[in-house]
Amino acid sequence: MPKDHGIGASTKRREDIRFLTGKGRYTDDINVAGQTYAFILRSNQAHATIQSIDTAAAKAADGVLAVLTSADLDGVGGLPCGWQIHSRDGSPMAEPPHPVLASGKVRHVGDPIAMVVAETYEQARDASEKIEVDLVALPAAVDMAEAIKPGAPQVHDEAAGNLCYDWTFGTPQEETDAAFASARHVTKLELVNNRLVANPMEPRVAIGEFSAHDGMHTLHTTSQNPHVIRLLMGAFVLGIPEHKLRVIAPDVGGGFGAKIYHYAEEALVTFAAKQIGRPVKWTSDRSEAFMSDAQGRDHVTTIELALDADGKFLGIRTDTLANMGGYLSVFATAVPTYLHGTLMAGNYTTPKITVNVKAVFTNTVPVDAYRGAGRPEATFQLERVIDKAAREMGIDPSELRRRNFVQPDQFPYETPVAVAYDTGDYEATLAKLEEMSGKAGFEARRAESARNGKLRGYGLACYIEACGIAPSALMGQLGARAGGFESAQVRVNAAGGVTVWTGAHSHGQGHETAFAQVVADMLGLPEEMVDIAHGDTAMGPMGMGTYGSRSLAVGGSAIVNATNKVIEKARTIAAHMMEASEADVEFKDGAFTVAGTDKSMAFGEVALAAYVPHNFPFDKVEPGLEEQAFYDPSNFTYPAGAYACEVEVDPETGVTEVLGFWAADDFGNVINPMIVEGQVQGGVAQGIGQALLEHCVYDADGQLLSGSYMDYAMPRADDLPMVSVDHSCITPCTHNPLGVKGCGEAGAIGSPPALVNAVLDALNAGGHDVAHIDMPLSPRRVWAALN
Amino acid sequence: MYSFDFVKPGSLAEAVSALGAEDAQALGGGQTLIPTLKQRLASPSALVSLKDVPELQGVSVDGGAVVCGGAATHHEVAEATATAAPAISALAGHIGDPAVRHRGTIGGSLANNDPAACWPAAALGTGATITVQGAGGARDIAADDYFQGMFATALEEGEIVAKVSLPVPDRAAYQKFVQPASRFALVGVFVGLKGGEVRVAVTGASENGVFRWSEAEAALAGSFSADAIEGLSVPADGMIGDLHADPAYRAHLVKVMTKRAVAAA
Repeated sequence: MPKDHGIGASTKRREDIRFLTGKGRYTDDINVAGQTYAFILRSNQAHATIQSIDTAAAKAADGVLAVLTSADLDGVGGLPCGWQIHSRDGSPMAEPPHPVLASGKVRHVGDPIAMVVAETYEQARDASEKIEVDLVALPAAVDMAEAIKPGAPQVHDEAAGNLCYDWTFGTPQEETDAAFASARHVTKLELVNNRLVANPMEPRVAIGEFSAHDGMHTLHTTSQNPHVIRLLMGAFVLGIPEHKLRVIAPDVGGGFGAKIYHYAEEALVTFAAKQIGRPVKWTSDRSEAFMSDAQGRDHVTTIELALDADGKFLGIRTDTLANMGGYLSVFATAVPTYLHGTLMAGNYTTPKITVNVKAVFTNTVPVDAYRGAGRPEATFQLERVIDKAAREMGIDPSELRRRNFVQPDQFPYETPVAVAYDTGDYEATLAKLEEMSGKAGFEARRAESARNGKLRGYGLACYIEACGIAPSALMGQLGARAGGFESAQVRVNAAGGVTVWTGAHSHGQGHETAFAQVVADMLGLPEEMVDIAHGDTAMGPMGMGTYGSRSLAVGGSAIVNATNKVIEKARTIAAHMMEASEADVEFKDGAFTVAGTDKSMAFGEVALAAYVPHNFPFDKVEPGLEEQAFYDPSNFTYPAGAYACEVEVDPETGVTEVLGFWAADDFGNVINPMIVEGQVQGGVAQGIGQALLEHCVYDADGQLLSGSYMDYAMPRADDLPMVSVDHSCITPCTHNPLGVKGCGEAGAIGSPPALVNAVLDALNAGGHDVAHIDMPLSPRRVWAALN
Repeated sequence: MYSFDFVKPGSLAEAVSALGAEDAQALGGGQTLIPTLKQRLASPSALVSLKDVPELQGVSVDGGAVVCGGAATHHEVAEATATAAPAISALAGHIGDPAVRHRGTIGGSLANNDPAACWPAAALGTGATITVQGAGGARDIAADDYFQGMFATALEEGEIVAKVSLPVPDRAAYQKFVQPASRFALVGVFVGLKGGEVRVAVTGASENGVFRWSEAEAALAGSFSADAIEGLSVPADGMIGDLHADPAYRAHLVKVMTKRAVAAA
């Protein structure tokens, strides 16, 4: 029987009532007394020297209160990068300044040059047109392979050859090369992981306020991690101590990674609010989002896979160029390294793996983590090269994977790329997938399509990913400048209702529902007795926010630990009141009972006693019932699974229709199956978007060609099939209290290779010898491959 | 957007008069103009709204032709022609999305002559007559003379598309291959057969805007079947090349969509 409440129940998302009835309170819905409006003047050139900026006419324009350029930002620091990578020679990465407003040069279309603050948005925008900016165009570095050649235009003086770092990881190169020398078969593949624009439904917004009487700054912002923004902006950019800076991220309409980072506009509105003595609001429009939100992916990779005669994997070596864009965004340097190289073993026992990555500056919008962040890039390479090897060697793609799976008795499994998988069962998810997707009947369906002149294909991909970057001590050794913990505070109120503050942030994930299920289950309370609060640095302890599918595995664990502290304290109080030994007091189904007696106290009675402590164990505990916990994981979690896709290609036009998509995931224990299903379906939608439709393209001068929905193809409902999701294969995580792994990104990680493999199966089975097509598999590209 | 005056004329004469003002701009359904204004790419002194001008309203099927007021929305045309001219109805009913179809107008589309718009294909493919009204009076323009290249038409300064008469073909179909992002026509082909005459009008493909594929028309006049054009090919020269399709692919799609339109007609 499915549960109807608590852990494991498909409780309907309580937040949807306000989201679906227009009652959400997003940052742009917030208007504060005396508010002014900011407009950012951005570069229309990709690379140029700023000869001069004349703001006189703009300052004199109607309604204008301030015009800021980099010259006005004395004492303001640059935007920080959160992870220092070291090159193969031990040298630290090139880390050029990332000014809040462009200084000396502009380095990408959209680079902010000036901010105008006025009484109205229209006045601010009108005045921005009166700013005279003398830009002298420079040749642009756009294509990565060209950018690292001698003589290429230099994006930063501090990064010779446009190289941020030259990183190597895993098995020493010569050992891997030796494995290749002994191989019977080597499969090589060059591929592009296409650049994407995150496109959350809600564009970014920031409102800065300052109260002169107490020196308090308040920033409302569309962030996935308000506590981190407070730390970065306060400590590194504006020099505001944290007790004088409150950051609030209210309802946030999707993030997908792009709202993790600290952005210039947050610092600018905070700075300007103090300068003019009035609140300042900035709202991005969609065109601005295309050129100012951090973009995703953009890797170019050569991968080689060495196999023996039986198809056993002997070695993998990769060379990747990873695009950083014009500046280093907060997580940018970690994505192609520790979030990508660590996943190159996939679900397989490959003994020798060497990963080489060059990170490259170009005159394009900065690139950073986007749903999956490094793991989709790793998975795509691996699952594509395996599929190609299977075709070349004449081995069934599923069978080739099976021969190389890490087996259940091999866990914990140490990979050659530094991570240790705690648990998993890859055969189980693959077998489930084949059953779900009706693989056995596929050839009959292929024949039916052929009768209609269509090429039908079936493709699959396995994936493993790593969620909840951890532990903090290891992150520090690897160059991270932040920790990987999460916090929780559980307050039991006198009348028994519970408020939980989490340091995680919900922007579509359903935390308010799922986290309440956990606490309600543990305390034996109805779910509606528990509220989850987040998104305000003035309430609850410092937290790290939501990214990398970490919220339940890390934040949920903190909640569990804090709740257990509550239970233990309540047990002490209950034992005192029932005149029993604590050891004899059991807590079950919301009541404390004394073993072997009929004595019993409901949890609510104990809570009341904690705040009305007339009969209370003062010698043991203090009054009140409120606990907090900081949880730092001992390892990543490793969700894994297998995805399949069935497509039909029209050979006459190159159009690919996705007929079916199936996902078999092992997420460990599942708190709310309905939410998990939705997370996977959303991730798969984004993965299908990447594989078929989405592409952020710059021309040779660095102009953004796909700068609106007229040219950037977002997936629509009718582009997508029904996505069947199964998460019944469960190997609980061995190192967190809930045994959970994380499900937010898996869909976007596993789906692109499954889809591309399906199209290539269709083409090759249809008699066309096509080794690879780069994403997106647009009709033009597929048709070109066929002709 | 920049400030402008908004004029709501009560008659076609008033609209023509209002458009005589310097930098005045006619506003149909606004599906192109409003985004352009929002991006500050245009700064008209006044917008003259044609939406409620009485003489520009309505769709009828009369004497073998679909007669549309210039302010008729795509949705209104689709509804009114569903049985009498299903090819025209299907074309109108698949422009944009419901919101676009309830605002956008046939007159606005033909006046703008976007190279990827659907209506130019229907107008050219049926041999429509476009009646325009200006300060100098009304005049009828044959579709063959009306379209003069990308965003270029026979409309003179200040003239309004007042009426569009599209002869209902005996057999017709429109096949649109959509650009994946905008879902405008990457290539759209309207094929119409009326009497002995065949028209094949292609939108989305050419750097010169909508055009008639005369070789296909001749072949189909001999035999109205997809096989009749099997041996033909469209030169890539002069086709649009962009992010979504190069000229060779567009040229290929012109033939494929033409065959499919013939098969569907």
